[in-house]
Amino acid sequence: HKYLFIFTEEINFTAILTSPSISPLRHSPWGKKMAARIHGGAGAGAATALSTFNPKKLVAPSRTNLPAARSSKRCIVAAAGSDASKSLRVGHSQKLIANAAVATKAETSATTGTGHELLLFEALQEGLEEEMDRDPHVCVMGEDVGHYGGSYKVTKGLADKFGDLRVLDTPICENAFTGMGIGAAMTGLRPVIEGMNMGFLLLAFNQISNNCGMLHYTSGGQFTIPVVIRGPGGVGRQLGAEHSQRLESYFQSIPGIQMVACSTPYNAKGLMKAAIRSENPVILFEHVLLYNLKEKIPDEEYICNLEEAEMVRPGEHITILTYSRMRYHVMQAAKTLVNKGYDPEVIDIRSLKPFDLYTIGNSVKKTHRVLIVEECMRTGGIGASLTAAINENFHDYLDAPVMCLSSQDVPTPYAGTLEEWTVVQPAQIVTAVEQLCQ
Amino acid sequence: MAQHLKSSKSTFLNVLRHSLAFGSPSHASPHLRHNLPHGGPPSIKKVSPNPLTRLCNTMVDTLSSSHEDTNSQVMDFPGGKVSFTPEIRFISESNEERVPCYRVLDDNGQQLPNSQFVPVSKEIAVKMYSDMVTLQMMDNIFYEAQRQGRLSFYATAYGEEAINIASAAALSPDDVIFPQYREPGVLLWRGFTLQEFANQCFGNKSDYGKGRQMPVHYGSNKLNYFTVSATIATQLPNAVGAAYSLKMDGKDACAVTFFGDGGSSEGDFHAAMNFAAVMEAPVLFICRNNGWAISTPTSDQFRSDGVVVKGRAYGIRSIRVDGNDALAMYSAVHEAREMAIREHRPILIEALTYRVGHHSTSDDSTRYRSADEIEWWNKARNPLSRFRTWVESNGWWSDEAESDLRSRIKKEMLEAIRVAEKTEKPNLNHMFSDVYDVPPLNLREQELLVRQAIKSHPQDYPSDVPL
Repeated sequence: HKYLFIFTEEINFTAILTSPSISPLRHSPWGKKMAARIHGGAGAGAATALSTFNPKKLVAPSRTNLPAARSSKRCIVAAAGSDASKSLRVGHSQKLIANAAVATKAETSATTGTGHELLLFEALQEGLEEEMDRDPHVCVMGEDVGHYGGSYKVTKGLADKFGDLRVLDTPICENAFTGMGIGAAMTGLRPVIEGMNMGFLLLAFNQISNNCGMLHYTSGGQFTIPVVIRGPGGVGRQLGAEHSQRLESYFQSIPGIQMVACSTPYNAKGLMKAAIRSENPVILFEHVLLYNLKEKIPDEEYICNLEEAEMVRPGEHITILTYSRMRYHVMQAAKTLVNKGYDPEVIDIRSLKPFDLYTIGNSVKKTHRVLIVEECMRTGGIGASLTAAINENFHDYLDAPVMCLSSQDVPTPYAGTLEEWTVVQPAQIVTAVEQLCQ
Repeated sequence: MAQHLKSSKSTFLNVLRHSLAFGSPSHASPHLRHNLPHGGPPSIKKVSPNPLTRLCNTMVDTLSSSHEDTNSQVMDFPGGKVSFTPEIRFISESNEERVPCYRVLDDNGQQLPNSQFVPVSKEIAVKMYSDMVTLQMMDNIFYEAQRQGRLSFYATAYGEEAINIASAAALSPDDVIFPQYREPGVLLWRGFTLQEFANQCFGNKSDYGKGRQMPVHYGSNKLNYFTVSATIATQLPNAVGAAYSLKMDGKDACAVTFFGDGGSSEGDFHAAMNFAAVMEAPVLFICRNNGWAISTPTSDQFRSDGVVVKGRAYGIRSIRVDGNDALAMYSAVHEAREMAIREHRPILIEALTYRVGHHSTSDDSTRYRSADEIEWWNKARNPLSRFRTWVESNGWWSDEAESDLRSRIKKEMLEAIRVAEKTEKPNLNHMFSDVYDVPPLNLREQELLVRQAIKSHPQDYPSDVPL
């Protein structure tokens, strides 16, 4: 059985740990360690630990710094310990509300008592179900999406409601069911193709690149391919190298496809709906560790714009561009930065292809400093492309070179400690901002 | 081998390993007969010295004790019941005889005695034959045009005219076609004009593909013929998806996909067949086994008895047809289509034929096969002459009709080429349109950059591509 273990992000949303539908952390050894980390505290030593951290080694901290850095991380998380946790949660939700006011017209958030709370995977499911209700051509195909409800429960209950044909369990061949989805789309259906893990879609690369991306163009516009290809990706908790891939890196060059990454229940539902309604093939990137995020979303129907970035936290000193899980590391770092007197502007770029250079540009023109925080690898990732795009378009507005924090060019190790160090951590983000804002 | 035989456990296992290595049951069985109890009544517990039979006996006992089933020669596993056998016997890698090939006309176009086929009316037969001639002539003239430098590329369908036209004739216009690249005849049958073919080959403004693809990569949504994608066998899963869509809509139509002997090696072929069987999708898989995949003969492509036997591996009904026999092709596709739609099942048709032409204009097949072989197939086994004989025997065709047709087609073709050559190419903006439904900012910017570059170097820009 793959993927019966869903590990969750440890910061901020302590509500996650009590989610009943996924095997809870408290039953796993990792859960215990996580809990210990949250409630244990490094105490006074933490403040100095941060300053001993070598700012030059932002992406790959040296081994000698490892213990110091870890304790500093523990410090940050400890701040989210028992007393602080409540205020932290409230603080965050307040931020969501505050940011909503700044967000574009299309996205009004639940500010009043109306709205309902749900987890991110439930938000995806809700969006999918609403679209399947609305349009009988929408169908789902993938491995174990039917009565099993999907490996991450995004398609839970859909097979019972819509039948085995509209929620189709396929044999194991990603290239084949992606190809099937493309053929079905060319004949009028709107398939939502689920890859059990984004990494498996490497097997579907041929269909995605040669048929999905190209056929609308090579057919002279005669055939449209309104598919949605979605699935969880990114670095999880010890899922091993093959299951920790960042496919947005590899797919970003394919002409003809659109890519979006969701990061909150609100934008997950909104982007799912928008992707289904789009006439273009859209790849929706979800993250393995974000499925249990809880948020209150509006009862009314809404859609998020596929090509728009999301203003998470407006600021004046520096623009931090990020997406998916790194958004949370950035926000955690932002807390520390605010305490230190910085005012970062955090933008969740959401649209990975094409980039929302309008929002990004406006931000760069305001702050003149850019830090990109991503989970992709150094070489050829979203950050690499974004750096190039910003340099080309907004060079005159920059007071400092664009800095990009990414994962190293290594396969993700299985060992938990090593895995942690392949992912950009909040401490590194803080250091990078300090360096850029000197 | 008999010398090594002792009735001991370890030797039995050695014999087992030996047989496994050589895969021949005849080596093992004489020895096994010494050691194994012959299908005796399972209630008698024979404690055999041999681990294999001991295991079998135990399993059988378990079964008979836990099931009411009186037939205790049967084992229960995921996937269903199977009867067991104490004999170690490997299924042979091939049948002794190859799967026979269905044909209606002999090599000379005479109807074979006792032949079963779906009757064809005069109109259909005449149209079939005319379209086969048209296809051949179209191929001739486009091929020549490429050799003269007027076309960049072309691929002929010589030798496969019967497959192209007869299969199209047996289908309905609602059946969706997913071609490989050697099936323009299906489009021709459905009404694609010679002018439309020429437009695509010349990539001009009137091309439905807007000049974006190589020649012969036709596509027409109004004729339900999906744009040719050059990648081999990727259209097979697409076809299964289309069949799935048709099944959901409950349409009286099926998906039909073509591929070659080479295409059957691709992973997509196996996956699509498996999917189609599991999904119970109404799709026809038509394999044009023409003996060659560029320079690779079928003996280097697979070791099975062609492609038809692969159907059974996936639980798919299959048939082998003489692809150069128009009547046989017609009947096979007709029957297959009925079954596919009525019973919601995929069907595999292996049409045996020969690729008379080169793989494409980039290939010279005399480098890897003899010119005599090509010539023999072109003359002695020609699908057109065989069918013509049959059509004429019914009094539906004549020499006069033939020469009328040929001169008309030739004129039409030359005119089509002349017009296509003269027609403007598509505008530069079509380089950027249709990538998405609406060009995003980055593409609009890139178009501006291209236009700027053209403005500063107008002499480098082709004069026949309008801005």
